Amino acid sequence: MSGRRPYVRPMRGWWRRDPFFVRYMIREATAVLVVAYAVALLVGLVRLAQGEAAYDAWLAAQRTPLALIFYVVLLAGFLYHSFTWFEIMPKTMPMIVVRGKSLGPRVITGAGLGAAVAASLLLLLLARDFAR
Amino acid sequence: MPDERTIEIEVLRYRPEQDAVPFFQSYRVPFTEDMSILQALQYIKDHLDGTLSFRWSCRMAICGSCGQMIDGVPKLGCKTFLRDYFPGKVRVEPLEHFPIERDLVVGMDDFIAKLQRIKPWIVPREPRTLAEGEHLQTPAQLEQFLQFSSCINCMLCYAACPQYGLDPDFIGPGVLALLHRYNADSRDGARAERMELVNAEEGVWSCTAVGYCSEVCPKGVDPANAVNQNKTASALDYFLRFVLPKGATR
Repeated sequence: MSGRRPYVRPMRGWWRRDPFFVRYMIREATAVLVVAYAVALLVGLVRLAQGEAAYDAWLAAQRTPLALIFYVVLLAGFLYHSFTWFEIMPKTMPMIVVRGKSLGPRVITGAGLGAAVAASLLLLLLARDFAR
Repeated sequence: MPDERTIEIEVLRYRPEQDAVPFFQSYRVPFTEDMSILQALQYIKDHLDGTLSFRWSCRMAICGSCGQMIDGVPKLGCKTFLRDYFPGKVRVEPLEHFPIERDLVVGMDDFIAKLQRIKPWIVPREPRTLAEGEHLQTPAQLEQFLQFSSCINCMLCYAACPQYGLDPDFIGPGVLALLHRYNADSRDGARAERMELVNAEEGVWSCTAVGYCSEVCPKGVDPANAVNQNKTASALDYFLRFVLPKGATR
């Protein structure tokens, strides 16, 4: 007869066991903020389709303190999400071999973050031109 | 002058014949600067409590037997030193996400079964006689799988993977990294068979890119990369079968 009686430990509260898991859960949770911003933009688009008065009312609503707080929270979530996204990017990609050596994770993360900053700046410049 | 410093070690004990649940037992062992956690456990077994069970063999991070949770982090006992915890105490527990057989010994049955399923060896593309000579490989072809071949089956990455803890059907980081090691080898011809395991729900798609597996690997393997590269491979494998007459991998 086997004397084996394996003990299986419970998984409850697993994500609080290690700071790495806490950061992972925050990363995943910020995806909700990304969706929230997409919905907010979509609402703006719907209001635009409803005519000038509806769009102006929506624009006015964007300038209330509550809306500003909402967007600051979204921006913080976005920044964290973008950073962690590019941080994990080297792990999701096939090996890039340049002159016989594979590209290091820092180069890939740096290139991703650089591209995100450049795209954001370009968008801000375009928005400024359109606002004139 | 002899060193008379000691350090407290808390070990999670579980003796299936008498304990309903595991419990922590505390020991005081002599402390020296060069002493590993494994040596401390050996001191306990030799001098304080012969009933303590743990696995070990090589003492130099080659065999992969002494994986443990050390202060909650998956590490090799032989590669972790008391000096990094002194004068505080150290907590040693069996590897997370595996059933405890006794004390620090976990059940490896599931891991071994999964390892066998992936055919962890090179299946030659075509039969080759000795007279035909060796298989040639360029440095670039070697680079494709070299780091993944460093895996020593220590299972630390499984203890770091909450998805494996939540769903033990998940093939898991280490075995998927080894699967990739053979699939990415230019000499190998069994990719099509292994892709069936990759494509399954319990294959790469159970991974949510936590990435802790790659952090804890004591041999510098990047299992998260192997798994996530194969998400792309799996997606391609799925779509290409509509385009190519024989599918992507055949």
